[in-house]
Amino acid sequence: MLVKNDRISEIIDGKRVIVKKPELLAPAGNLEKLKIAVHYGADAVFIGGQEYSLRANADNFTIEEIREGVEFANRYGAKVYVTANIYAHNENIPGLDDYLRALEDAGVCGIIVADPLIIETARRVAPKLEVHLSTQQSLANWKAVQFWKEEGLERVVLAREVGAEEIRQIKEKVDIEIEAFIHGAMCSAYSGRCVLSNHMTARDSNRGGCCQSCRWDYDLYQLSDGREIPLFEKGDAPFAMSAKDLNLIRAIPVMIELGVDSLKIEGRMKSIHYVATVVSVYRKVIDAYCADPDHFMIREEWVRELEKCANRETAPSFFDGFPDYTNHMYGTHSRKTTHEFAGLVLGYDPKTGIATVQQRNHFRPGDEVEFFGPEIENFTQVIEKIWDEDGNELDAARHPLQIVKFKVKRPLFPYNMMRKEN
Amino acid sequence: MKKPELLVTPTSVAHIDELAEAGADAVIIGEQRYGLRLAGEFSRADVAAAVKAAHRRGMNVYVAMNAIFHNDKVDELGDYVAFLADVGADAIVFGDPAVLLTVRETAPHMKLHWSTETTATNWYACNYWGRKGAKRAVLARELNMDAILEIKAHAEVEIEVQVHGATCMYQSKRSLIGSYFEYQGKVMEVERKKYEKGMFLYDKERDNKYPIFEDENGTHIMSPNDVCIIDELGDMIEAGIDSFKIDGILHEPRYITDVTKLYRRAIDLCADDRERYEREKEELLAAVEALQPPHRRIDTGFFFKETVY
Repeated sequence: MLVKNDRISEIIDGKRVIVKKPELLAPAGNLEKLKIAVHYGADAVFIGGQEYSLRANADNFTIEEIREGVEFANRYGAKVYVTANIYAHNENIPGLDDYLRALEDAGVCGIIVADPLIIETARRVAPKLEVHLSTQQSLANWKAVQFWKEEGLERVVLAREVGAEEIRQIKEKVDIEIEAFIHGAMCSAYSGRCVLSNHMTARDSNRGGCCQSCRWDYDLYQLSDGREIPLFEKGDAPFAMSAKDLNLIRAIPVMIELGVDSLKIEGRMKSIHYVATVVSVYRKVIDAYCADPDHFMIREEWVRELEKCANRETAPSFFDGFPDYTNHMYGTHSRKTTHEFAGLVLGYDPKTGIATVQQRNHFRPGDEVEFFGPEIENFTQVIEKIWDEDGNELDAARHPLQIVKFKVKRPLFPYNMMRKEN
Repeated sequence: MKKPELLVTPTSVAHIDELAEAGADAVIIGEQRYGLRLAGEFSRADVAAAVKAAHRRGMNVYVAMNAIFHNDKVDELGDYVAFLADVGADAIVFGDPAVLLTVRETAPHMKLHWSTETTATNWYACNYWGRKGAKRAVLARELNMDAILEIKAHAEVEIEVQVHGATCMYQSKRSLIGSYFEYQGKVMEVERKKYEKGMFLYDKERDNKYPIFEDENGTHIMSPNDVCIIDELGDMIEAGIDSFKIDGILHEPRYITDVTKLYRRAIDLCADDRERYEREKEELLAAVEALQPPHRRIDTGFFFKETVY
C-alpha cells in the first residue's frame, strides 16, 4: 500500500517531489557489464572479485579490473561495491587481509558480506570500506537489524522473505540504510540456509558453488506403512521448489515511499543486454516517480520492455503478502527470451546518418530491429544495406563482434543497443 | 579423558526419563513457534515439566529459539525468554541476533548456544558469537573432520557437533507442499495433508529420497541418509569437542533411545579404553545399522568428504 512519506519528499513550487531518491544498484559480472550498467543509469554496481564472492562461475574481476571499474564508475558519480558474501571456512582465512586491503586501495566504496570473520577483518585492515550485510544472513526483523546497526554496519540487505509492511516497521524502528531486491532470480530458500548443492553435487552453495538444485524436478511421495504412495497423477507436473523471478516494477512507488535506500537488481551472470534493459527501465521509473510522485503512472511500455529480456516468468514473491502457488514454476523451466541482443552501437555519423555497430547476433538486410539507450527513445526500423568497415556490401552480419555500418533513421550514441525479435 | 556431553532430542516429557536411563547428558526441546526442526513439540507446560524431569536426573535442558524471526514475533521473544529463565532452562539455542539482544535485556545470565545449522563454518565466526555472549557454537554439518578439529583448536567457546541423525538441507519460508497441492487443484488436500508426516522427494538421478515437511517455519528438506559416525569418535573426543548431538527428528522415540544407548557405550569406551573402542566400534556401527528403519540408511555425512566450490 502506498503511504506518502514526508521524510523523503518536499513541496517545491507547489508540487511534491521526492528529494531522497533511492540508489539504483545493478549487477556487473565483468568490466563490460559494469560500464554498461553505469552508462545506462545505475547509481551503483555490485561486482565479485576473484575470491570470497558467491558466484564462482561468473567471470569475476581481478584487482586491476576493479580499479578500472571504479575509475569508470566515478566519472559518472557511481559507486562500486564488491560482494564478499561467502560463509568462509578456516581455509579461506589466509589471504583475506590482503584481499580486503587491495579492495580498499582500488577505491571500492563498500563490501557486501555475511560472515562476521569478513566484517571484523574489514574493519581492522580496511576501515575505509563500508560494510553492508548480505542477504545471505536472511535478516528478517527489526531487532536483528538493530543488532547489526550496533555492530557499526552502514547498510543491511534484507531477506527476500521480508514484505513491504515489514520494511516499513524496520525503517521506523532502526535508522540504518536498507537495501532491497526489486528484480531478478530468487533463492526459494532462506539465503544461507540451503545446502542442497553440498549434498547433491559436493559443491558448497555458501561459497559460490550453488548448482541450483532448487530448480530441478522431484517427485513427491508419501511413505505409509512401508508403502511409497505417489502424490501426483500420471501427467502431473513434478514437484518443484523453483521460485519465479522477482519483478517489482509496479511496486517501485511503494518502495520509494517506504524510504528504502537502495533498490537492487540481481544477476551478475546476466548479459549486457539484460543489464542495459533492466537498468534503463528502472532508471526511468525511479526518475519519473521522484520528479512528480502525485501524478505518476506506470507506463505499460516499461513493463513490456522488461519482458523483452526475461527468460523466466516473474512474480512479486513476498512483497505484497505470502506467495501462493502462482509464484512457483511447475513443469516449465527457463524459456527463450522474446528478443535477442543483435548489436552494440559504436558510433554514428550525423552527416550520413550511418551507424557503426558491433555484431552480437546474426542480422541481415530486411530484419526489423529496435534501438534503445539512455539518450534516445526506443525506435524500430528495418535494416537496409549493410557494409563492412571497408565499405563492401554484406548479405548479413554473421560474425560475432564483426563491425558493420548501415543507415539508421534517427541519431544514435555509443553504447546504444540494437535488439531483434526472435 | 574428558567426555563430551551426549545431547539428544526427546519427543515428549515422558521420553526424558528413558533417555536419561540410556545415558544422555542433555536434551534439546522447544516448540516450533520459536525453534527449528524439533523431534517433539513441547508446550510451555511441557518445557517446565521437562526441565524438572531432566534436572532430577542430572541432565541439562536447552531450549530452541533458533527460528528466523520476522517482526511479528519479536515482541513476544522477551516473554518466552523470561519464562525459560523462570523454569530454569540451562541454555537457549539461537541463530537470530534478535534473540541475543532479547536475552541481554531480559535474562542476561541465561546461557546462549549459537546455532544456525549452516553458517558456523569457521573458528572466527564461532568466537565472534562467543564475544557477543554465546557460550557454545553448534557447527555446520557440512564440515569435514579436519575442519572441525581445527575449529576446536582455535575455539574460545564450547563446540557442539552433530554425530548422528538427519540434517537439514534446505529451509524455505514458502509453503512448498501446500503450493504443489494448490497447483494440482487438490484444494481439499492443502490444509488436510500439508502437515502430514512421511513425505519425501524422490531424486531420480541420484536415486535419493529426501524427507520433506512443512510447519510454522516453512518447508524443510532433510538429508537422504542419517549421519552416523559412532565408529569415528576418537579424534573428536581426543580434541575435547564439548558436545555430541544425536538428532532424532523423523524417528520413533524407541529408536532415539536405542541409538543413545549405543553412543553412550561408544563415548565411554573411547574415553576410558581407546583400544577396546577400536576393537568394538564395528559392532557398535552394526548395532546402529540394525536399528535403522528400512527406508533410512546411514552414511558419514560430510565428515570425510571434500567439498568444492
